[in-house]
Amino acid sequence: MALIPDSVEATRLLLMERSRPGRRGSTLPALDVPAAPLPEKRFLRRELPLPEVSEGELVRYFTHLSHLNYAVDTGFYPLGSCTMKYNPKWHDEAASLPGFSQLHPRQDALQAQGALRLIWELQQMLGEIAGLPGCSTALAAGAQAELAGMLIARAYHRARGDGGRRRTVLVPDSAHGTNPASAAMAGFQVVTVRSNAHGDMDLEALRSALSPQVAGMMLTMPTTLGLFDAHVQEVCRIVHQAGALVYGDGANLNAILGRARYGDLGFDMVHLNLHKTFSTPHGGGGPGAGVLCVSQELAPLLPAPVVARYEGGSRPLFEAVTPPQSIGRLHGFFGNFGILVRAYCYIRSLGEAGLLQVSANAVLNANYLRVRLRSAYRLAYDRPCMHEAVFSATEQKARGVRALDIAKRLIDYGFYPPTIYFPLIVDEALMIEPTESESKETLDSFIAALLAIDRESKESPATVRDAPRRAPVRRLDETTAARRPVLRWSPAREH
Amino acid sequence: MDTSPSPYIPNTESDQQAMLQAIGIASVDQLFADIPAGARNPALRLPVPQSELELRRELEELAEDDLTSLPSFLGGGAYRHFVPAVVRYLVGRGEFATAYTPYQPEISQGTLQGIFEFQGLVCQLLAMDVANAGLYDGASALAEACLMACRLTGRRRIVALDSVSPRLLEVLRTYTQALDIEVATLRALPPSLKNDVACVVLQHPNFYGYLEDAEGAARTAQAAGALLVMSVDPISLGLLRPPGELGADIAVADGSGLGAAVSFGGPSVGLLACRQQYLRQLPGRLVGQTRDLDGRLGYVLTLQTREQHIRREHATSNICTNDSLVALASTIYLAAVGKSGLRQIAELCYHKAHYAAQRIAALPGYKLPLAGTFFKEFPITCPRPPGEVNAALRERGIVGGLDISDLVPNGMLLCVTELHRRAEIDALIAALKAAA
Amino acid sequence: MAKVPSELRYSKEHEWVKLEGATAVMGITDYAQAELGDVVYLNLPPKGTALVQSHKMGEIESVKAVSDLFAPVSGVVAEVNQAAIDSPELVNKDPFGGGWLVKATGIEPGELANLLTAAAYESFLEGLATSGH
Repeated sequence: MALIPDSVEATRLLLMERSRPGRRGSTLPALDVPAAPLPEKRFLRRELPLPEVSEGELVRYFTHLSHLNYAVDTGFYPLGSCTMKYNPKWHDEAASLPGFSQLHPRQDALQAQGALRLIWELQQMLGEIAGLPGCSTALAAGAQAELAGMLIARAYHRARGDGGRRRTVLVPDSAHGTNPASAAMAGFQVVTVRSNAHGDMDLEALRSALSPQVAGMMLTMPTTLGLFDAHVQEVCRIVHQAGALVYGDGANLNAILGRARYGDLGFDMVHLNLHKTFSTPHGGGGPGAGVLCVSQELAPLLPAPVVARYEGGSRPLFEAVTPPQSIGRLHGFFGNFGILVRAYCYIRSLGEAGLLQVSANAVLNANYLRVRLRSAYRLAYDRPCMHEAVFSATEQKARGVRALDIAKRLIDYGFYPPTIYFPLIVDEALMIEPTESESKETLDSFIAALLAIDRESKESPATVRDAPRRAPVRRLDETTAARRPVLRWSPAREH
Repeated sequence: MDTSPSPYIPNTESDQQAMLQAIGIASVDQLFADIPAGARNPALRLPVPQSELELRRELEELAEDDLTSLPSFLGGGAYRHFVPAVVRYLVGRGEFATAYTPYQPEISQGTLQGIFEFQGLVCQLLAMDVANAGLYDGASALAEACLMACRLTGRRRIVALDSVSPRLLEVLRTYTQALDIEVATLRALPPSLKNDVACVVLQHPNFYGYLEDAEGAARTAQAAGALLVMSVDPISLGLLRPPGELGADIAVADGSGLGAAVSFGGPSVGLLACRQQYLRQLPGRLVGQTRDLDGRLGYVLTLQTREQHIRREHATSNICTNDSLVALASTIYLAAVGKSGLRQIAELCYHKAHYAAQRIAALPGYKLPLAGTFFKEFPITCPRPPGEVNAALRERGIVGGLDISDLVPNGMLLCVTELHRRAEIDALIAALKAAA
Repeated sequence: MAKVPSELRYSKEHEWVKLEGATAVMGITDYAQAELGDVVYLNLPPKGTALVQSHKMGEIESVKAVSDLFAPVSGVVAEVNQAAIDSPELVNKDPFGGGWLVKATGIEPGELANLLTAAAYESFLEGLATSGH
């Protein structure tokens, strides 16, 4: 008999299946005022089909569910393009200070000076890091910041009387899917520009794609191939010569923290993903925070609100303002403030020297993986990388083992798999981002695992294809899930 | 390289040397050679690094500059509600908080099953057929619902009642500004609509806290081939008829009242649910139930072809990272308060708000300008500008309501919830009386 | 090797068409279904839709990909295969039979000349194989 309950078995039943009439998981005060007549019956609900469980059962169920998750707190998470670094615990506590967590967003500015000051200082620090001084933190995620940036591009050209014809945005073929999707939501046609054989922007393809119809280009730097494009300043110059703006996707800022700034490179705007570079926990899919940094010229178009500082009196005053030609509001209030607090703490605890250490060790770790693994796995682009190394498992595929199989087999070795099949332009892509918060010992054991899997691909490919065997569940039937979607518990559910 | 130790970086100097040797280079700087020399290594003006202890003290001082210790009657789209400790305890577990989006389902079943539970409970709360894994907040959820209605109907006109929160409308206008979509606001719906309307947008309770004739709006919208998009307060659904029963085609809500701290307005989570036939146009992630190779139940991200990482510029939305952990908090909250608790919370809000309203209406100089049924919020008109009244309340240790004098002359929007004790409401009444 | 029935005509986008009297039956080829993998969803044009040869008429989805469907001939949709919509696996199991997609009337038989014969389609597939696709 097992002494520790099996988490898979312990989570087999859903909340509604655990529910028993009369149980409850919390207590509430009795009514201490006279009751008012309830609204007319047509306004009232007849039944409320919510679960009835005790607090203890709830804790056990979700604790067992948590055991089924792999997380940064439990192991190495080299998911390319996601920057899954360690999340300092005190920063979570800071966000929970009552002065922050209990603060109402409609409270008078004079009663919210602490939070507003924190946002203002964060705007300054991120503007400094990005080299672009205008900054709005009121965006819930990178994709929302991209949409804001594309709406700014549209407003910029319209203000110059050029909005009617500039209806196209260029996106490299290696871009994240959010880039073209955001451009489309801002009303633009998307034109894809191909990368060259080194993984950089193809300047000829760029020149021929540019025209007076182009409003802007979205460029991830370092690129999604984990490379820094040495011609990036020229790329920006060429785009500017065509009258278009350059939008930066800062998803990969971790590699160049403190070493290069988007403004200095020629970008007009960039969004920063605080949940990647600035170490706020990802939460299993969010909340994150997107921050948009723009040039002085574009600052009047920023989404509302931004926090302004006014001098005078005994101390400065901080207030939320709407920029004069703002594209409007994309978030109901100040964005994901709780995440902003964590990112603020991270930058303040590291300072410039600490940020330089971050990029140095992130890039060092990635290059160490690159050289240690390149004998077994083909590098998509054989040159020094930035924060991540992108391999192409074509040799393993020829032996009947695909990138997907390698990823699943890594689970058996105790690791979260790298990003696979992205970027789309790399065949059988394995995109490995170690981050700076991993030790050499961890990297060495990860390298040993990948080398062992390569050997298995020759000696016992079936073992790799059959993986994972040591996870809570084996491979899942995604085809049936999509053909006959079951998206919620329902009373008629079959067992 | 600066090698002063950081608690978040384990590499020692000798580790670094060993790694540089393996790579075959002398210094880390060589790895950054592709950065153009003129732009390399700028000097950053940033504050000097702080230890945890120093920074903790500084943050505590900063947080004390925010006034959160007094009873407050602010609402207007963000609400403080009671959060059982069990919610924060469970979502704070590192296995949930420090995982990524569940791309590898075999080792992400905790997150995936949590989202599946969320989708189910949202459907049950709203009485809708399908719900997604959540959006950023109530505002983006409403905007996405309207974009969805435009895609489903092939129309480009959105008609919103002017009782919808100005904040929600502002976000809706920002989202639609580039898409050749018109957003019209009306005081009341006409008996019939032209057949160019994609959707009618209704907030229920509305911005002022009052209930709308949602069923009538549903009939009017649907007679013109338009959809009814309803934005609701999830707490109110402990008591009120859910949007699915009122005829909504798409229902949205801000989920922050369900177990998240108000946190200056974010993070929250946007709830979005719809009728089954609109499934393919849903924005955002969806989790589905399936089985593994051994026939065991399990959960996966599904119907992903709707999303940006596959359909790119043709996706139903650009959303990628959402607010998953807050969705998990909502799930745990709904289970913790449960069937009887949510009803009780809704009734506490309702009765306390009505107690407050009745007493205020009896004060000289104060009036309730609106007729009808309200839930936990209601506007009052003050005998003086609301800013002055709020300043007087503040003197008596109370944070008053939202100044809505731009919408209602001398209007103040008050919000009363289960958090307010009778003594606090009585103190508000006394302070209002004194401020008259 | 993918099946290529000799009596059908083919497009370079891997649709097939077969004339049954005045009605054209269309679907995707065995090669196409194998490339796509498990088909999970079909988005087909409703009855009455006017089709234009080589213009988009719908979409076919696998778990992680979407492909456009192009009309191999012009015409008006007379029937869509509800069985395939309900059970998309039919397209994988029997692409030339039970997995047909659309029937159209009002076709222009002359357009068939723009399509490939079975032999031509087979050599087209061989070309794809050698070019690495």
